[in-house]
Parts: sequence; C-alpha cells; structure tokens
Amino acid sequence: MTNTGYRSRIQPARGSFTQTLRAEWVKLRTVRGWVVGLLVAALAIVALGLGPSAQGSCGTNGAASNCAQTLGPGGEAVTDSFYLAHQTLNGDGTITVRVTSLTGQLSLPGRGGSTQTRSGLAPWAKAGIIIKAGTRPGSAYAAMMVTGGYGARMQYDYTGDVPGLAGPVSASSPRWLRLTRSGDTLTGYDSADGTHWLKVATVTLAGLPRTVQGGLFATSPQYSQTSMGELSVDGGPSQATGALDHVSLRGAWQPGAWTGTAIGAADGPAAGSPGGFTDVDGVFTVTGTGDIAPSVSGASGIGVTIAQTLIGVFAGLIAVAVVGAMFMTAEYRRGLIRVTLAATPRRGRVLAAKAVVIAAVTFAVGLASSAIVVTLGQRVLRSRGVYVWAVTGLAEVRVIVGTAAVLAVAAVIALSIGAIVRRGAGAVAAVIVVIVLPYLLTVTTPLLPAGPTEWLARVTPAAAFAVQQTLIAYPQVSNIYTPSAGYYPLAPWAGFAVLCAWAAVALALAVWLLHRRDA
Amino acid sequence: MSVPVPTSVSSVSSVSSVSSIDARSTANRTGAPAAALRAEWTKLRTLPGTWWLLLAVVALTAAVGVGADAAATCQAAGCGQDPAKIALSGIDLSQTVVAILAVLAISGEYSTGMIRTTLTAMPRRLSVLGAKAVAVSALTLAAGTAGVLASMLAGALILPGRGFTPLHGYPALSLASGPDLRAAAGSVLYLALIALLALGVATAVRDSAVSIGLVLALLYLFPVIASALNPHWSRHLEQIGPMSAGLSIQATAGLRSLPLAPWPGLGVLALWAAGALLAGAAALRLRDA
Repeated sequence: MTNTGYRSRIQPARGSFTQTLRAEWVKLRTVRGWVVGLLVAALAIVALGLGPSAQGSCGTNGAASNCAQTLGPGGEAVTDSFYLAHQTLNGDGTITVRVTSLTGQLSLPGRGGSTQTRSGLAPWAKAGIIIKAGTRPGSAYAAMMVTGGYGARMQYDYTGDVPGLAGPVSASSPRWLRLTRSGDTLTGYDSADGTHWLKVATVTLAGLPRTVQGGLFATSPQYSQTSMGELSVDGGPSQATGALDHVSLRGAWQPGAWTGTAIGAADGPAAGSPGGFTDVDGVFTVTGTGDIAPSVSGASGIGVTIAQTLIGVFAGLIAVAVVGAMFMTAEYRRGLIRVTLAATPRRGRVLAAKAVVIAAVTFAVGLASSAIVVTLGQRVLRSRGVYVWAVTGLAEVRVIVGTAAVLAVAAVIALSIGAIVRRGAGAVAAVIVVIVLPYLLTVTTPLLPAGPTEWLARVTPAAAFAVQQTLIAYPQVSNIYTPSAGYYPLAPWAGFAVLCAWAAVALALAVWLLHRRDA
Repeated sequence: MSVPVPTSVSSVSSVSSVSSIDARSTANRTGAPAAALRAEWTKLRTLPGTWWLLLAVVALTAAVGVGADAAATCQAAGCGQDPAKIALSGIDLSQTVVAILAVLAISGEYSTGMIRTTLTAMPRRLSVLGAKAVAVSALTLAAGTAGVLASMLAGALILPGRGFTPLHGYPALSLASGPDLRAAAGSVLYLALIALLALGVATAVRDSAVSIGLVLALLYLFPVIASALNPHWSRHLEQIGPMSAGLSIQATAGLRSLPLAPWPGLGVLALWAAGALLAGAAALRLRDA
C-alpha cells in the first residue's frame, strides 16, 4: 500500500526566510503574556529612571550652591585652582627657574570626624612655572612643572600632558624649567643642571591674548586612598609647597613686583587654605592647593552621568530575558516545536528567524524607552539638584542606541539558552546570572577587590554596559577609575563586542543542539 | 494557562470533607500530612534535576567562596573587611540555584498537568503546599549546610595566607566563635528562606520562567536601584530588600554601620518568604488548578 495520505501543497523546504520570519513575528505578537512582558520592560525602564532618583544640593540654596563647573578653553569641565605668584608679560618672553624641593601635607579624616594632617606628597602635587591667558579660572595656559610622583611634565589647556625628566626633585637633584612664549606658541624645556636643556613640547594656545600672566605656581589635588578595592575610600585636601630660585624673566615682561593670587580658590574641590608665597632674596616658596586639570566624576569628583537615568534597564533586562527564553521554551512545553519544525525543516533557519524577531522587537522597545528616559531623566535629575555631566549629542545617541542593542543581544542570549536547556526557569536564571549578577558585583556593590572586579567587567556579558560610559579617564588626574564610578575598563563598543561574542557562542551552540537532538 | 478544569477535580476539592475520599483519609488520618510529605518527597527525589541542582548549590557555594578567598587581601591591621562575608560570598550565586529548585518543584507540576493528579490525590491543597515547602527546604538546608561548611573550611585554610591573620585582627574562621557561627548557620537559613520565597512566588505565578524572573528581580533589583538613590533612601531600600537585608546575617564586622542588624535582617527575608507563601497559598486555594 502506498502512502497517498494528505500532502501539504506548501513546499516546506523552499519556504523563504521571510515566511519563517513572519511566522515567528505572528507567534510573538499574539501571545498576550509576551507582549505584556515587553511592555513591562519598557515601563520599568522609564518609571525607574524617572521615579525614584538621587537628590542633590545643586542650586537649592541660591546661586552660591550652583554646581556649575569651570569650563576650559575647549568647553570641557575643568578644575582650575592653584596659587600663582605672577607678573605681566606683554608680548614674547621666557621664564626660567630652578626647583629645589616639592613638599606637601595631606589632610585625612581621622577618627571621630577630626581631620589629621600629616606631611606627604600627593602623586599629582605640582609646582613650577606657568603662562596663562589671565587669572580667570578656566583660561588657557601652558605650564612646566615638577610633580609629586610623575617627574617633570609639561601640561597645557587642562587635558594636555607631556612627560619630561623623570624622578623626584630635591636639593641635590634639582630641576630647571623653562617656558618660552612666541605669539600663541609656547615651548617647554627642562634640564637637570641649567646648561643642558631638553625640549619637552611645543604647544599652540589658539587665541592667546598679547598680554598674559606668567609666574610661579603650586597646587595639590584632592588626595584619596583606598583599601579593599574601593570598599573604603578616604581622602581629603592636600597642599604642596615648592621652593624655586634662579628665577629669570627675559623678553617683554612689564617691570613690577610679584603679585600673589589664589586662582579659583572658592570652587576647588580641595577647599583648604588658599596658600601663599614668600620671596626671600630671590628664593621663592609657593604653597597652593587644588588642581589644574580636567574634572572627573567618582571618588575624586562630583556628579553623575546620564547613565544614572538608565537604572531601570536591569528590571527591563529581566523582563526581556523572560520573554526571550519563553519565546523558545514555550515551543517545547506545548509541543509546538514539532509543528514548527515540520513547517520549516531547516532548523537553523527557525532559530535565526526567532533571533531576528526577538532582537528587532527588543531593540525597538529598548530604543524608545531609553530615548525617553535619558532625555527626560537628565532634566528630572537636574531639577532635583543633581549635577549631571554634560555630554555631546553623539555620546548621548551612543548611550541610547547602545543600551537598546544590549537589551536586544541579551534577548538573543536568553533565546539561545532557552533552546539549549529547553526549560524556562534555567534559561532565565542563566541570563540573569551572566548579565545582571556581574553588573551587581562590578558596578553597584563592588564586594570584590579591584583586580577581580575589573576582570569581571572585561570578560562577562556585563562588559557591554561600557556603552553607557560618557566620562573620560585622565591619567594625569588621580581618581579611582572603576566601573562603579562610571569608568569601564573596555571601550564602549569593545564592551558591547564581548556581549555579542557571548551571544554568538550561545546561538551557535543552540543551532547545533537543535540539529542534533530530537525535537 | 487557564485550561478548563475537569469539574470532578474542583468538586472533589470543595466537597472533600463529605465525599467518599474522606473515608479513605479517615483510615490514616494521623498519617495524612506524613503521606503528603512522602508523596512530595518521592516526586522531588525521583527527578534527576533535583540532584544536579543540589550538587550545584554545594559546588557553587564552595567554589565562589574559594575564589573570593583567593582574591581577597588584607595588608594591614584594620583593613575593614569581613572574612566571614568573603568566605560565604558563594551564597550570592547559589541562591539562584536554590530559587530554580524551589520554582521547579511547583511550576513543573503546572507545565506537565501533574498538578491535577496531585490535587485529586490530595485535595487538601494547603497541605500539598506545606509538604512541598518542607521537602524543598529540607533539601536546601542539607545542601546549604554542606556548601557552607566547605566554604568556612576553605576560608579558615586560605584567608590566613591572604593576610587575615591574628596580627591584623582576624583570628581564623571557626564555628566555635559566636559571630562566625551566626554567619554560617544564618547563611544556611538564608538559602532555606530563599527557597520558601521562590516556592511561594511560583505557586502564585505558576509559570517557571516568569516566576524565576520575578524572584531574581526581587533579589537583585533592590541593590541596583538602591545604588541610584541618595544615601537616606538607599539605606531604607537595603533594609527592605530581601537579599540585602537577609545577607546582613553574614556580617561579623562593622555591625554598627549596617542598615540592619544580622538577625532582624534575616527576619525581613522571613517576612518576604511568609508573604510569598501566603500569596501562593491563597492563589492555590482560591484558583482552579
């Protein structure tokens, strides 16, 4: 007897990928629970981002409490607070000094709220010579300096930093520094003996006025120390004192006495005594506190980033993981998988269609909700007096699109694990363990020391949250650059690539198992 | 999900006190809870998944603990760390496995339709839930004890080599010391309470994927959200979050700065577990299976 039973007129094997896609899209949109799950994800992202949030004190007590940061020549937020003994340079000229010592004092919080002061030098304590457009904080400058722990440097316009002679300064091993101004070009030199000079760098300060201030400066940033990763951070203001002699001014310097000015004394984060200078027979002692550097967030800085508004993404992520996993496991539970595979015998294609559908839908949901919450959330935070770091439009778009992409790829991982373990509970738990738990351990409550924490932020799928980083880590600013402060070890798209690699492995394994196993 | 229920099942449960089934249960009335317990125990122990999950609880608790011990350092006296918390940090991960175990104990019955057989055989729905709670928490207590003992032993052996010496103010971990014993025994109880919380949620929700998502969201979202709030509110969130409050039982150092003392912290988790079980019991009692 030949089998002449019902034979479908649809040619299953030749069905196009578009048809499979449409079938999977229909499945997704017609299960009410899944649509509700995706709406819950969107709602959680928006509601948690806008609802409960931090409360700040910026602008709540009149203009004095405004957290407006000093802006540098490039429009970036900077710290510009130091003590300057200066004269006026009206044209081109050169200043040369010898630095014979750099000492300092650190203030650390002691027991019972008191402050202990001990002598010591912050690594980025600095003293030397500077030529600056004016005494207004944030104005353009170039400086040659000795530092507490990083040798002689030439720094300019807050973000520029070029190393010179290495090693600490002392009376037996002094450092000679020279700064030459020619138009808007400044050249820094250093020397160990005052005769053999080495050029450190030549920089151009666009728009430098003809009349500038030049002289001797000292400053020392907020000092912080950690123990146990960053579980306990303490620190306080520090102060640096530089001893400088053999001061020589050549060129168009206006004749006059040295004037002492505490630049930006009020708004420095290290609000110690503003410092001062003495001149005893040509031996200058300059004491200052603060920093001349780009501002940072975290332990040594202030404020939050726009990533703060995306706190609800974790709730959204869990909802998306549940939907992603069930999109696959429901097929097994109801036996639907046999119908599905009968209609589309190319099993890899089924999984690919499911991955495309769930990724596209999740991306759309994530994009809409993150766009809303990032745009509105910063306003809410600012209205509550929280200092939110300004970002470029491009970075903001990257954070929004990146977050949506993270959700989409996480959904694909959930789908793949669902196909691998075929159980909803296991798949959802696995996704949460590989994505949310590492995030919790690296960013939210770092329980581990810095080493393992950074390792987690590099290799686990949680590395992808680097797409939310908008801050720049500056080596010339001491700070604790950790994920919990908003600084990830990987570049944004590199972190996202780590997540994608996990998704690719999971999806490949799922396809292989789907082929290999009976449905 | 809401499959039309055979009327026989619902009628059995509603009239069980007068039906003929009651005659059978009268025969061994004293043994009714014991019979329910034996039935649940048989179901649980004959699933191969149960043993793999329990093995995972032991292995993950110990392995993560060893990793954390090896990563920790204490370079000077007063380094402000808590060796018991480090040694027991595997609980952070193994609690997810416990949650899976507890969720599957009930949602597995719903996904296969077994629940209708179960409730036909044992119409007293609350004693079914009670028996499940006893069986799941007993297994969790056993696996948790093994994992925690292994973690404490690893901590006692590894941590002194990482600078946690009496010289730095840290005697070796020992169950003979009161705070260490509290951390160890409390961690085992913590796992059992997580199991009860997950069982309650899964009884109310029924679907395994949604239940596990909900339980893990309850556990992990509180700390994430707390980190975004100002210190006042985040302290409150840490006091009410089941994970952050419950894990305060592991603290042996710096107790004064904790949002919640160890035992009240575990009490908060117990309230969560009780609430979830109540919700689950109410849903099971009032709803068609």
